[in-house]
Amino acid sequence: MTTELALFILLAAMAISGAVSLILQRHPIHSALSLIVVMTALAGLYLLLGAEFIAAVQIIVYAGAIMVLFVFVIMLLNAGQEERTSFSRMATYVGLPVSVLLLVQLVWWITRGATLAAPPRPNPASTRGLALLLFKDFLLPFELTSILILIAILGAIVLAKREPV
Amino acid sequence: MVPIVYYVVLSAVLFGLGVLGFLFKRNIITMFMAIELMLNAVNLAFVAFSRMLGQLQGQVYVFFVIVVAAAEAAVGLAIILLIARNRESLNIERVNLLKL
Repeated sequence: MTTELALFILLAAMAISGAVSLILQRHPIHSALSLIVVMTALAGLYLLLGAEFIAAVQIIVYAGAIMVLFVFVIMLLNAGQEERTSFSRMATYVGLPVSVLLLVQLVWWITRGATLAAPPRPNPASTRGLALLLFKDFLLPFELTSILILIAILGAIVLAKREPV
Repeated sequence: MVPIVYYVVLSAVLFGLGVLGFLFKRNIITMFMAIELMLNAVNLAFVAFSRMLGQLQGQVYVFFVIVVAAAEAAVGLAIILLIARNRESLNIERVNLLKL
């Protein structure tokens, strides 16, 4: 077993156990910490795939900014243990079979794909190439995302503002 | 070199776990975290395919997904704040105005 495969198995086990823990934990803050484990493991997987810049962005933006926002809101709302309520019958009788079916089908179709078995090509990833692509070919979408972020910030402020009494 | 198909299967498994979490959690914040998990699974598939095809476009799309996820988190958490203020609960079953 090569080192790379061993690392992959370790990181994949970390990601999957984090995701299972996210579902099983009762307290939202524990779920949030599990999600941070998943995101860190994914950053390691991006490094294995040779995408260093994506790995850094994953840690900084996802595990840093977005999860801090989540933890902040959980603490602001003083969220406690999840209440045990009866599951909706829709979720139990339709949702569970459909999601398991989706999972099985996804894995089945993916493993059947012949092109996926082909050996991967030499790694094209370089931060320089990525920057050239982002600021040349994808310049317009890149600028549009900044407008999207601006609109989202304004929307969040308007929504969370207290009503004038 | 780890075969790319391993990464894609891992991505599918994480996505399925995200769907399960979304269906079975009752807390609005945790359901929202399950959505983030699904977005992360899709990102992993993007990067894996980008590696397989030897092209960088997939990684550029990951950036856009991350930006949209950040915007979604900001607006979604503001909506959750409003719901918590109006319903005084984070349980999704209390948000039932549209339910017949």
